[in-house]
Amino acid sequence: MEHAEAEQRDLSGQFQARCIDLVKPLIRSLTGIGLALVVFGILLGITSRNPIRIYANLFSYTFGSTAGLSEVGVLMIPFLLTGLAAAIPARVGLINVGGQGQLYLGAWAATGVALYSNIDSIWLMLPAMAIAGSVGGTLWAAIPTCLRQWRDVNEVISTLLLNFVAGLFVNIFVFGPWKSSGSYGYPYTPNFSAAAILPSIGSTRLHWGFIVPLLAVTACYFVFGRTTWGYNMRAVGGNVNASVRRGIPVTRYIVVAMLSGGAIAGLAGMIEVAGIHRHLRPDINLQFGTMGFLASWLAGHDPVVLLGTTFLLSSIMVGGDLLQISANFPSAGIYILIGLVFFCVLGFRRLRDAAK
Amino acid sequence: MTTLQATFKKISTAFYKASDAPSNTIAKEPGDTGIAPENTNLTMGQSEPLLALRGITKEFPGVVANDHINLDIFAGEIHVILGENGAGKSTLMKIVYGFYQPDSGKMSIQGEEATIRSPKDSRQIGIGMVFQNFSLIPAMTVAENIALFLPNQPVFLNRRTLSGQISEVAEKFRLHINPEARLGELSMGDRQKVELIKLLLCHARVLIFDEPTSILAPHEVERLFSVFDELRKEGYAILFITHKLQEALSVAHRVTVLRHGKVITTVPRAEVDGRSLVSLMLGVEITEEAENTPVEQNPLNPVVLEFRNVFTSSISDSHGLDDVSLSIQSGEILGVAGVSGNGQQQLGEVLLGLHCKSQGNIRLFGNDLDHWSVSRILQSGVSYIPEDILGMGVVPQMRVCENLVLGEIDKFGSGGTWINWGEVKAQLDQVLNTFPLPLAGHDARTDSLSGGNIQRLVVARELICNPKLLIAYYPTRGLDVMTAEKTRKLLLDCRAKGGAILLISEDLDELLALSNRIVVMYQGKIVHEFGYCNASAYDIGLAMTGHR
Repeated sequence: MEHAEAEQRDLSGQFQARCIDLVKPLIRSLTGIGLALVVFGILLGITSRNPIRIYANLFSYTFGSTAGLSEVGVLMIPFLLTGLAAAIPARVGLINVGGQGQLYLGAWAATGVALYSNIDSIWLMLPAMAIAGSVGGTLWAAIPTCLRQWRDVNEVISTLLLNFVAGLFVNIFVFGPWKSSGSYGYPYTPNFSAAAILPSIGSTRLHWGFIVPLLAVTACYFVFGRTTWGYNMRAVGGNVNASVRRGIPVTRYIVVAMLSGGAIAGLAGMIEVAGIHRHLRPDINLQFGTMGFLASWLAGHDPVVLLGTTFLLSSIMVGGDLLQISANFPSAGIYILIGLVFFCVLGFRRLRDAAK
Repeated sequence: MTTLQATFKKISTAFYKASDAPSNTIAKEPGDTGIAPENTNLTMGQSEPLLALRGITKEFPGVVANDHINLDIFAGEIHVILGENGAGKSTLMKIVYGFYQPDSGKMSIQGEEATIRSPKDSRQIGIGMVFQNFSLIPAMTVAENIALFLPNQPVFLNRRTLSGQISEVAEKFRLHINPEARLGELSMGDRQKVELIKLLLCHARVLIFDEPTSILAPHEVERLFSVFDELRKEGYAILFITHKLQEALSVAHRVTVLRHGKVITTVPRAEVDGRSLVSLMLGVEITEEAENTPVEQNPLNPVVLEFRNVFTSSISDSHGLDDVSLSIQSGEILGVAGVSGNGQQQLGEVLLGLHCKSQGNIRLFGNDLDHWSVSRILQSGVSYIPEDILGMGVVPQMRVCENLVLGEIDKFGSGGTWINWGEVKAQLDQVLNTFPLPLAGHDARTDSLSGGNIQRLVVARELICNPKLLIAYYPTRGLDVMTAEKTRKLLLDCRAKGGAILLISEDLDELLALSNRIVVMYQGKIVHEFGYCNASAYDIGLAMTGHR
């Protein structure tokens, strides 16, 4: 009885601690975002645009309209998945910058299945594509993993460089054997059959693929927080020397984390081609890998916080399109805002750490 | 009040003189004032102290690290600051050296008040500090390292002048060092000399040594102490910080004892002995003393661990194992002595399989260890206290309870994939209930703990499972006298229960106090083995440095 009570207390204490853990950085991050908006506003002002009107437009479009919100959702799907692709390896102390390449390979493999498998049922086709996509991403992530295990090559370098290789590899197919005859010379593959398309929700571009990242985030939350695997991964990431001396199978965890990251990024590629583009083309990425990576670092590799940071980044990206249309501000200018956000949010965090 | 204190001081001083085994009356604190210098039998060059601290107070969140410290350091004296871990020694020295600003209090140099805002200020007024971890660059030569530190050097170094200066100082104080030698090739003792020469060339008058002997072999310690003496004769003041009693007793002119951030007393060396200093440091009499009563080894006891002609390749600047053969029976403590970097590290790592052996074989409980995973080795009853606790023993970002079950989470809670931390903690509490070392609370973050606390955590983790074989690197490092004694007792208990212990230590007293046999490692070889009866610190020290 007493034991149970103590446990209850302990749990509620943990819950409180968790809330404080979440709320404090949230306030800090919001301050950082606010500061970034102010600085960007000054920049807009200098170029003789009215920042208040532009911000009002941005907010009312991205958060006030179905179209805007659904577009944010559309971007969040790949951001969340590539974010997890960075967050899971980060748990064991690896830095996976290769979300981009793994996403490409996933998209490539899924497209292969969609174009050449002749499956008619959507209930078989989509899972087959998902499996192909994750396998593609996994295999691409396996290259840096092997290089690291056997040749001691730093995974930051190998994953980063493999991104370029992945793009060119996919281009071989898109410009070559897979090129559609009916695309007027554009490097597109033929459009997918109806069975290979993730159905949209209503008249928006948002599609049912959004369930996948939500499931993935939930799974990661429980695995990281509540299971022996998550605990051991944290140990490996925290101090690999101590973990190895305590008999934790470090290599196994490192390999599994890296490959899971690749699989999830590959899945993002599959969802992107099946949900949005409905064929494969060289420019499907829109910096998804990089954005996910940044979102993961912004979130401190916490899957729940990642929901917030990907939402933020997606909103800014969506706002960027609007900025171009309504304020005649080059859409690349939105990267200035993203840069400012990172600078301010991470800067605040560093300041706080330093103050401690 | 002051007169009362003074009276008490007189009484206690008289007491020291009257009896060489003072009892618990000393435990009462005679206030925070040191004994006035005129009480000492030193012949001071001047009546004024070289360095005087008055009422230095420094508070950190939750702890008063220094509480109204008064201290007088005279030219020509070796002044030992003695205290346990966390007594405030290092904080005080960092204040003197300008790393920290005191919350209140004054410092004066030769009677003139000095404000020290940074180490640069303190160097300018003649205070120099030799750190535990040197700030030297291994790839550069001695002269270049020194040039980095000296102010007002020309853009293009004049090597000849500099080398000349270095040699001159080195000659004077018998610090034999080649200015053109690359620092990375020098021993720890020689690097310490370089640090010292640096300070001397900067005209430091007060030399602070922070635990300088922790990295030295016994004969190097002796040499350092003779350098102390030379410096003292030249009128330098030496502040020597240590928690090793023996060293304090062998060089000090005066000893200041710190406890819980306060000066307990400052006494001339002649008026104290080891026992009284210990009780001053701790505030209590030592009651528990680990007593080594090794039973005659029964040759029929099973051999737990055996190395047969093991070789490993060397890594970086540390020696690999070179034809090492040893065996430990159950119920035996085998001490391994040696200056660090002579192959001790490889001994444990090659056993766990973290470091590959190139030849030979290792048998654990009679089994050949080839291709055993670390977890299989640990599960067969092996515990391992690594040499670098923070770097190899714990995950700093994790909580205490998480580190206590590190790698063994499947043995706690329900044992499945899901972790219920409440249950894990309850089980830990049950196991730790009877464990004699106090541990930090379960939910404290490990990197917020002091070194001693982390050491206790690891010692507890490795001993509560009743290991059949314990590999213990420096098990009492960073522990205060009392806890170290308890830990030694735990090791003896472990042996009494039939456990075998491979004890790797640089502390010869500890090795002698615990071991059944002692082997000495030098350059990767076992150069000598001593039985319990015929071991002496002097012989071991000689063997450690390759003189046998």
